[in-house]
Amino acid sequence: MRISILGGRVIDPAQVLDQVIDIHIEGEHIFGLGACPEGFKADQIIDATGLIVAPGFIDLCCHLRDPGPSYKGNIASEAQAALAGGFTQVCARPDTVPPLDSPAIVRVVRERAELAGKAKVLPVGALTQGLEGQLLSNMSGLQSAGCVAVTNLRQPIQDNLILRRCLEYAATFDLLVMIYPEDSALRGSGYSHEGPLSSQLGLAGIPETAETLAVAQALLLIEQTGVRAHFAHLSTARAVEQIAQAKAQGLPVTADVALSHLLFTDAYLESFDSNFHLEPPLRSEADRLGLLQGLKDGVISAVSSSHLPHEQAAKMAPFSVSEPGMSSLEVVLPQMLILVEKGWLSLSDLVKRLAFAPAQLLGLKSGALWAGYKADLILIDPDAPWVLNEQTSFSAGHNTPFWNQPLKGRVVTCLVDGQVHFNHLTTIKGDD
Amino acid sequence: MSSTLNNPAHPRNVQLTADGRLKHFLSINGLSKALLTEILDTAESFANMGGQAVKKVPLLRGKTIVNLFFENSTRTRATFELAAKRLSADVLNLDISTSSTAKGEILMDTLHNIEAMYADMFVVRHNDSGTAHFIASQITPQVAIINAGDGRHAHPTQAMLDMFTIRRHKGAFEGLKVAIVGDILHSRVARSQIRALNILGAAEVRLVAPKTLLPVGIEEMGAKIYTRMESGLKDVDVVIMLRLQKERMSGALLPSEAEFYRLYGLTTQKLAYAHPEAIVMHPGPINRGVEIESAVADGPRSVILQQVGYGIATRMAVMSMAMSGQMQERLQVQ
Repeated sequence: MRISILGGRVIDPAQVLDQVIDIHIEGEHIFGLGACPEGFKADQIIDATGLIVAPGFIDLCCHLRDPGPSYKGNIASEAQAALAGGFTQVCARPDTVPPLDSPAIVRVVRERAELAGKAKVLPVGALTQGLEGQLLSNMSGLQSAGCVAVTNLRQPIQDNLILRRCLEYAATFDLLVMIYPEDSALRGSGYSHEGPLSSQLGLAGIPETAETLAVAQALLLIEQTGVRAHFAHLSTARAVEQIAQAKAQGLPVTADVALSHLLFTDAYLESFDSNFHLEPPLRSEADRLGLLQGLKDGVISAVSSSHLPHEQAAKMAPFSVSEPGMSSLEVVLPQMLILVEKGWLSLSDLVKRLAFAPAQLLGLKSGALWAGYKADLILIDPDAPWVLNEQTSFSAGHNTPFWNQPLKGRVVTCLVDGQVHFNHLTTIKGDD
Repeated sequence: MSSTLNNPAHPRNVQLTADGRLKHFLSINGLSKALLTEILDTAESFANMGGQAVKKVPLLRGKTIVNLFFENSTRTRATFELAAKRLSADVLNLDISTSSTAKGEILMDTLHNIEAMYADMFVVRHNDSGTAHFIASQITPQVAIINAGDGRHAHPTQAMLDMFTIRRHKGAFEGLKVAIVGDILHSRVARSQIRALNILGAAEVRLVAPKTLLPVGIEEMGAKIYTRMESGLKDVDVVIMLRLQKERMSGALLPSEAEFYRLYGLTTQKLAYAHPEAIVMHPGPINRGVEIESAVADGPRSVILQQVGYGIATRMAVMSMAMSGQMQERLQVQ
């Protein structure tokens, strides 16, 4: 199968490219950019006039709920939602049931992902057995089974000696460790940003130091062990400063921020809306601005969806007992486009933060449109108005404040490994 | 686009009707001085009924009020029950113990069941902050919800009966200095009192406690922080003591009961720092010898027992006003 995508505005930060140019695809791979190569005859032509063509997005943290409680979602539903949102590859969190701490379970996830045939799934293995923070997981085996990284998420590691051993062991295999910085003792039973608002609302707070202390501690151990490390979901401006300093000192660490923390603050908790019950908690406006600045400066290299689909009952509860997390794969693009409109980043940066940077830090030959790379790419109509609802959403989780809200900017066509998955230019679910 | 979401700077006040009347009573936050004064004035009209031979008025005749207590309470529930009965309502008391698991589901199922019995008003006490808001906005918007205490968040009827007590004994709020002493961290009563005192125009609200019992940034609600009784009580007109729960006393937040009493317990000697005509209040039940000396609790400056009596009148006021607002809105919908 040969496909030519003609007349689109191609944005590929890897090649420092932002121009109207044609793309040609042969089989699973990109054949070339520019004028139609001699002897190349396309079987299918996609007219991308007026659209943005970009490498498919790569999500660093996504909960596919599989294996696990299927009423919250499964690989088929969430990988389809990923594609709809422009993500051709998604990292799958290890806190499945059972957790991704053995090669066998990782293989199950990969098989289910292949069977579903939607977005490609990149499993992230557990750093410790059962994510219990006590015994090292079979990291080499997890790597061989296809894990792109390991993490203990927010589950506490018993002590610093065990954390040190975990980092050393991961470094043995040059395996990336994703650190979700949080001091579990300082977090205590908290579930909101500790500040004037949580005090007024009587919500148990999580202090800023729960994050900054964990970052400081991890940075020292990263330096000592030489492990490749990535900090996931920063929530405080102070942590951004810490990462900036570490980078300035030459430590090869990276960091991401969850979309929700670029958009919302703890002020949204005033109505006790459980959709804003997130981990880490939404923090102050100063923190949000610090995160945006960090993204602008490149201290934060990637934006992740932190997609956590829930059934309705999980959120139909008083704030403190509702389950944390937001369903967000499908709104990342329209919300990031608003940040572009507001001048926080350029379109090219948007693509960089969602595609090229995640690929780089995961060590993938992906996230770019070089000839010979897998043809994972998306066509974006940045002005298309749409509404997130039962007709347009694929995720099992409707736990988002954007439900039934008007949005602008949509992925209209999506190719994975050179195969057209949907083409809204002709037929789309809920197109009207 | 995010602009179409609820604007957090101006949250929709779910407890008011379109024309600003009370239809739920969830928290003091966002209510006007006029509305709080209306509650106090209405309570005043009910306050003398207790001494009459016939103690009932027919304002809520034919209405069903359900006291839904997910958390134990003797006094609060009793005064709500009496208030409802004096308004001629039918009252159903439900004490529901919640296990730590599936709390949300139990709450929802219970509410839907009771809703199916055509209740007109729920009086809710729950140990999770925001529960009353959650019920009013998500579960049963057509039933009037009265918050009888939710987690650490709010206990607005207690705060209003305290305001009633202060107004009865001090006449007005202007120029008053009020000190709230003790476990502010866990106190929903304190949070509601701070709001009410600020709205009603008190000159100064002081919080007196060790730093482990003071929530971060609480001064932004409109209060001054003191860590010593001598300076905190100096010249105040009202001293409000808070109850210290037994489980808070050992280890994690305080070294011992004895040390707390020595530093923050209200004794005759410490009361002398306050204005000579200062009154002493306590939301009850009191821990004698922990936060307050018996001689003070039972002394001439104490209005602790009067507070209980005023609780009935204040709750009658809130219940009748919320029901009236709710009925008005129902008529408009039809």
